[in-house]
Amino acid sequence: MTAPVALELRVPSDVGRIEEIVTAVVQRCRQHAFTGRQLALNVPVALTEALSNAMLRGNGEDRAKEVRVRAVVDASRLVVEVEDEGTGFDLEGCTGDPTTPEALAREDGRGLFLMRALMDEVRCERGAGTIVRLTLHRR
Amino acid sequence: MSLQVAMQGDVLVIAVDGPLIVGNRQELKQLVLDRVEDGVRKVVIDFAGTAYIDSSGLGVLVSLAKRLRELGGDLRLASLSDDLLTLFELTKLDALFQIAASRERALEGF
Repeated sequence: MTAPVALELRVPSDVGRIEEIVTAVVQRCRQHAFTGRQLALNVPVALTEALSNAMLRGNGEDRAKEVRVRAVVDASRLVVEVEDEGTGFDLEGCTGDPTTPEALAREDGRGLFLMRALMDEVRCERGAGTIVRLTLHRR
Repeated sequence: MSLQVAMQGDVLVIAVDGPLIVGNRQELKQLVLDRVEDGVRKVVIDFAGTAYIDSSGLGVLVSLAKRLRELGGDLRLASLSDDLLTLFELTKLDALFQIAASRERALEGF
């Protein structure tokens, strides 16, 4: 049985760093035989949304502020936490549906929707900053 | 991400290699808008080399389609993987775009 894999890192609020973080987490999920769709769609898209949210909204694009990423992967699930240094936002209060006819032509408003659609659980809590915790069970 | 650009008649064809996400979406948007300034009205974006697109990448596609349609043109998408098609279905953006199985099919009748 493959042991749980932990990844912990801190990066500045630079959206140019997102792809390498996503690649590292996907690689660890691959070691635990997550499905092709989870590796190609669920994990990269949902994690990209969480990271960009932390960098752009949480940290206000301030590169002096960091985002902490902690991922634990085992044979049953991925749990990844993304923590910013912001003052918090009401994740549960963001319930807009970007798939309605009125919202479809909007350029924004799909990030949280995608996180929720692609993960089994999305939780938000306060630590030193805001922590978004994504959980995906291996199929 | 890298972009390969070609003209097929009066259609601008862009092949995207790599994910289209928040860190690079502006590059694609600016490329298309510059060509629109030069008179281009029909655009095909070929995603054969793209594994995933995030919400900001989707937003850029919506924005570009809107701009091109305002000018009497259109944006067509080509060569989406099954995973990318699922993404468009989840967001219902498959209703907003003409999505073709290949670049050649996207160019048919454009």
